[in-house]
Amino acid sequence: MKKFNYKDIFINKHVAISRAISMVENNDSQVAKFYDKIYKYSNEPVRIGVTGPPGAGKSTLVDKLISCFINDNKSVGVVAIDPSSPFSGGALLGDRVRMSKYSENNNVYIRSMGNRGDLGGLSRKAQEVGDILAASGKDIIIFETVGVGQAEHDIVNAADFTIVVLVPESGDEVQLMKAGIIEIADLFVINKSDRPGSKRIERTLVDILHAVSTEDGFIPDVMSSVATTGVGVKQIFDKIIRNIQLFDESGQLEKRRLRRYKNRIKALVVEKLEGIFWDLNRRRLFKNITSSIDSVANPPNSVVRKLLLNFDKEVK
Amino acid sequence: MERKIRIVMAKPGLDGHDRGIKVLASAYRDAGMEVIYLGLRQTPEMIVSAALQEDADVIALSSLNNAHNTIFPRIIEIMKEKEIEDVLLIGGGIIPKKDIESLEASGVGKLYGPGTPVNETIDYITNWVKKNRR
Ligand code: B12
Ligand SMILES: Nc1nc2c(ncn2[C@@H]2O[C@H](COP(=O)(O)OP(=O)(O)OP(=O)(O)O)[C@@H](O)[C@H]2O)c(=O)[nH]1
Ligand SMILES: [Mg+2]
Repeated sequence: MKKFNYKDIFINKHVAISRAISMVENNDSQVAKFYDKIYKYSNEPVRIGVTGPPGAGKSTLVDKLISCFINDNKSVGVVAIDPSSPFSGGALLGDRVRMSKYSENNNVYIRSMGNRGDLGGLSRKAQEVGDILAASGKDIIIFETVGVGQAEHDIVNAADFTIVVLVPESGDEVQLMKAGIIEIADLFVINKSDRPGSKRIERTLVDILHAVSTEDGFIPDVMSSVATTGVGVKQIFDKIIRNIQLFDESGQLEKRRLRRYKNRIKALVVEKLEGIFWDLNRRRLFKNITSSIDSVANPPNSVVRKLLLNFDKEVK
Repeated sequence: MERKIRIVMAKPGLDGHDRGIKVLASAYRDAGMEVIYLGLRQTPEMIVSAALQEDADVIALSSLNNAHNTIFPRIIEIMKEKEIEDVLLIGGGIIPKKDIESLEASGVGKLYGPGTPVNETIDYITNWVKKNRR
């Protein structure tokens, strides 16, 4: 296979970015050799998360936002995540279908990822992929999450600014909306507002938002769009730019990055421990123990205790 | 961790026959591959630049509108320009036998016609990737 030099990432060489992302995604041991050198750029771009139910128009909206950023002379990286099949491990990654007109523009880099079993709407490696795009000089990085219902909270750990895309048919979702999703959103977009019911859901949402008090007193805006034609997108873009600037000035951006940083440490510890834990011996032990089990009568913890035996010594 | 096969699939040009490629795309997903589906009306530039950004092992095109003799050679050309000539280019659709022969001789991977068992193409892809991309 071709030669890889991490320094080519800094000069926006797509071949190198592409290889580096795969290495990160596949937990390649080579990553350790260059990750520290690229990390120092990771907080330079602004990271924007776009989340919301399946088919809400996230990709179509992202496509239109890319155009806005290009017109504003910004370079853009996109990490678009779709679900992996829990059975085969394969994935059908279709977000790119809506973002196909930037192939001639070297300042736009789009990468699709399967979530590979991660349940939070992202992929475990999404943030590191963002770091590589940051090192390649992107001003803006957009994460499109898997279209999930209400559990897409991981986006908060990846983005500086989060957009939740809903549609007029999301009425029930809005009614059921837990405080959680309200807290992750910096901006709600009611997309497909060419369809009936969009004004009504907008009003309902505004009412709910005013009734919920968040810790910093910030109430997310509610805007509407028709992503397919671009109606409303410019206003959304302007709002994003203005709010990010406000966050920056108020110190909110820095606060979020610190929170993300801490959460990331915790996630990495879990990942590391898991890696050490499931070594060949333990995978065998698990198989041996569980293959002789023929009833579910005993609490699973009894097996867990057997597996954990001596693990504390190993970690040291 | 085992590296998954990544395959970019597209319909080049104005050809709207996308039934076959959609069937293949889900079959490849079910075979454990990560399929990056680009959809209809793709230019050779779009296809190759997607394959580059996605670090694809394979580019797979479906052509039922008689454009294969321009599309495939053009893609090979751009692959060389963009330095991803180590990616496998395959395809299928309505392609006469003599064209299949000349295209395969010019560096394109295998091309498949109607009625091809999907598993045959999966085996070919899997073996090629094992041999050439690891
Ligand atoms: C269904 C069909 C349509 C449907 C398409 C629906 C859709 N969304 O796909 C409709 C009605 C819309 C249509 C329209 C037209 N069609 Co039409 N259509 C067909 C038909 C009957 C079947 C195609 C099909 O879906 N097959 C089933 C799938 C599963 O098979 P497949 O695509 O061939 O894929 C298999 C293999 O070829 C191979 N394969 C294919 N791609 C790939 C890719 C890779 C990577 C691999 C490994 C393998 C592989 O593996 C697959 C599984 O075995 C064919 C005739 C035929 N028997 O092929 C004509 C045919 C393709 N159509 C034809 C024509 C002319 C047209 C029209 C121009 C007609 C017109 N004048 O309006 C329009 C053009 C539309 C457009 N924009 O392109 C001609 C093409 C002639 C040519 N190439 O010279 C054909 C051959 C009919 C004929 N005998 O004249 N069509
Ligand atoms: N009527 C209407 N259709 C839209 C609008 N925006 C997107 N669509 C259509 O909705 C469908 C889904 O759009 P996508 O952008 O793929 O949605 P998504 O949220 O990215 O979907 P997933 O990634 O699969 O969850 C497509 O057919 C779009 O053309 C809109 O504003 N109005
Ligand atoms: Mg999408």
